[in-house]
Amino acid sequence: MKAAVLVFPGSNCDRDLAVAFRAAGFQVDMVWHKDQDLPAGTDIVGIPGGFSFGDYLRCGAIAARSPIVSALKRHVEKGGYAIGICNGFQVLLETGLLPGALMRNAGLRFMCRSVPLEIATTASDFTNGYDQGAVISLPVAHHDGNYQATDDIRRALQGEDRIALRYQSDVNGSVDRIAGILSENRRVLGLMPHPERAADEKLGLTDGQAMFTSLAASVVDA
Amino acid sequence: MKARVHIMLKTGVLDPQGEAVRHALGSMGFDGVSGVRQGKVIELDLAETDESAARAEVEKMCEALLANTVIERYDVELI
Repeated sequence: MKAAVLVFPGSNCDRDLAVAFRAAGFQVDMVWHKDQDLPAGTDIVGIPGGFSFGDYLRCGAIAARSPIVSALKRHVEKGGYAIGICNGFQVLLETGLLPGALMRNAGLRFMCRSVPLEIATTASDFTNGYDQGAVISLPVAHHDGNYQATDDIRRALQGEDRIALRYQSDVNGSVDRIAGILSENRRVLGLMPHPERAADEKLGLTDGQAMFTSLAASVVDA
Repeated sequence: MKARVHIMLKTGVLDPQGEAVRHALGSMGFDGVSGVRQGKVIELDLAETDESAARAEVEKMCEALLANTVIERYDVELI
């Protein structure tokens, strides 16, 4: 059971993500952005939060064109798992692996606090450890988390039950209060809140833990 | 040859930064401003000397990296 955590210049949640994966039983490799391939046998790729390439041009834009992201695309096309958190979500949107875009928060403020979130679907290996409609608390820390998509994409996300998490109340202007979405095959999750920062009792927040443990259970079964 | 790329949010995409600038202008007494859209300008120094080849190359760059065509449109100007 192997996880690969991608590391870009400016990533700053990479080690937290590695800790959360390890706690759930994964063996973790840290993979530099210039690498051409993922380690053999990688089950899931974690794209961490931070400020890859200083958020230059657009958040996640330069990271999305790095060599390791070509390997990530091949992994996802083969049906591999991936989770992109915060800046990692921005990278997944910039690669086109998930639809839509993240824009500057509607209130223009950098939001840094724990927020209540609704589990909008349990039909994914990331969220099947929660109860449908459960409200959990996870930290957010972002300036560009305002999820926007065309009406067609919004309808597809709704119709295909691909909205994984919703803010309980508006945080950043995101359409339909979307905090996280799934790919068509439900094996890629992008989300703005940080489950990896809420996955250890010593930190006082544990609501993110189930995301990693349920994933571990699914990978073992697969 | 130089190229100047203008990148703007597509019509209909809400621009929170432009809105903030509009509010600031209003509070400074510039009350004749009914809308502000903020974009970016990127200048490129090109080795290419043929205009149409340069334009085609820069448009390819816009599609591949410079603009996020989900929310942005671009306009290439050769100078």
